[in-house]
Amino acid sequence: MLKFAKGLTGLLGFFLLWEITVQAGVLPDYWVPPASEVTTTFVSLLGDAEFLRGVVATLLAWLIALGVAIGIGVPAGLVLGSVPALQSAARALIEFLRPIPAVALIPLVMVTIGSGPDAKITLAVYAAVWPILFNTIYAFGEIDPVLLDSARATGANRRQSLTWVALPHAAPFIFTGIRVAASIALIAVISVEYVAASEIGLGRYILEGGMNNGHLDQVMAGTVLAGLAGWAINSALVGSGRRLFRWADTEERAAR
Amino acid sequence: MPTMLEVSGLTHQYGQGERAHVAVRDLAFTIESGQLACIVGPSGCGKSTLLRCISGLIPATGGSVRLHGDEVSGVPGDLAVVFQDYSRSLFPWLTVAKNVEFPLRWQKVSKAERSQRAAEVLESVGLSGVGKKYPWQLSGGMQQRVSIARALVSRPALLLMDEPFASVDAQTRGELEDLTRRVQRDLGSTILLVTHDIDESVYLADRVLVLSKSPASIVADLTIDLPAERNQITTRESERFVSLRGEVARLLQSPQVQRPGEPDPATAESGPGTTTVETGDTAGTADTAEAAARS
Repeated sequence: MLKFAKGLTGLLGFFLLWEITVQAGVLPDYWVPPASEVTTTFVSLLGDAEFLRGVVATLLAWLIALGVAIGIGVPAGLVLGSVPALQSAARALIEFLRPIPAVALIPLVMVTIGSGPDAKITLAVYAAVWPILFNTIYAFGEIDPVLLDSARATGANRRQSLTWVALPHAAPFIFTGIRVAASIALIAVISVEYVAASEIGLGRYILEGGMNNGHLDQVMAGTVLAGLAGWAINSALVGSGRRLFRWADTEERAAR
Repeated sequence: MPTMLEVSGLTHQYGQGERAHVAVRDLAFTIESGQLACIVGPSGCGKSTLLRCISGLIPATGGSVRLHGDEVSGVPGDLAVVFQDYSRSLFPWLTVAKNVEFPLRWQKVSKAERSQRAAEVLESVGLSGVGKKYPWQLSGGMQQRVSIARALVSRPALLLMDEPFASVDAQTRGELEDLTRRVQRDLGSTILLVTHDIDESVYLADRVLVLSKSPASIVADLTIDLPAERNQITTRESERFVSLRGEVARLLQSPQVQRPGEPDPATAESGPGTTTVETGDTAGTADTAEAAARS
């Protein structure tokens, strides 16, 4: 709790500094609205049905994208991680695709898929699948042969060792990949909403605020919400990861 | 006594052609049912390879291994292995009880019976009441007890142990040695234990097989005629123990004894230079073990 309070002081300090600089006239308020105004707009937005529909649309797209990315990344990582021949065959393709930023693919997606929800989901899946895929492959490459021998020595066959030993052993690494992917997917969804001018969503709302006679308080309130959503998602995943994989933490501490 | 394990002409080499490394060459021995046999050999002589071949974890490149008459190919269901490194061999995401139950998952054993048998075997290794803990919450010696419990839970016909006490302190090592002898007698199991420690092999075993340096071949087969009831202090002080230990040490230094009727290729090849190096090494091991026993 104390740690949480300490973490908040930085944020509060930032808001205070923001408010003072704008009020003191260092930054013109038509350019940057003061923190207090943005906060008021933010609170009033929480009662705005249209805005909330946008937020729900964004989060839903994010959730679907993350689910699909897990559905692709984990099984693909399992196969590539446990069949070395396949992994080396796929390496060139993966190394070519991976550095392409999701945003660079927006025109391609707009032409082929359009700018609806499936467009933002597609790009978010593309962006999010890499950390999951790589962490899964890595986790399987790292598995201790003694651990697998121990499983086999108890009479487990290859499939049983994979399911009951290799998979649980890889779970914390995969989970870390998912946590990283969750943030990336949120960035991708909101970016597509701006750039492809989606009909609905948090990104669309922020863009609209900017276009409509410079409603900067609206832009910033939307941005704050996006920031809060990212922070909440990450903390929730860090927290549950710690609870789920207490054994992996300890192992790490012992190894150090 | 019926024969439990029959190893004949066992050879294993890693790699092919010029770069091939022969770890085990033409090994032959049998272990009778109910015996506690130790294989002692210098470090890196191929002991672990031998054990992995016997357990079916790797297929040997030549020869055969028979467990109660059946040819071993793949890990037999009634065989269990205890590895040296308990921290890498126990599953950290499972509780102690679940670790011990693990081998029963692949057998037709009900959930209730599984947990009951796990509790029983944990009690027999002196670990009742820690079932709900995780392995990493226990000391090293206790973790190795968990490994032993896991190996015993399926009531294996043959228990293989690969340097099982090499990673624990001297005090714990003594306790685990006595534990191994006790459970072996209580359960009537057959145990084949591999070690580099001369004292340990003599203290533990009914029979000691001495291996040469790589590629491993059997130099001597000694029956340990110490009383069945052994004691860490008095047994190790006894004249018979000291003379047996000396005998094993001498065999490891300069393997004079050959398998009857066959010249040993490994010994024939090794020049006087190699023997000197080995002498220093072996003497060092014996000294350390002696110091450990005294402390």
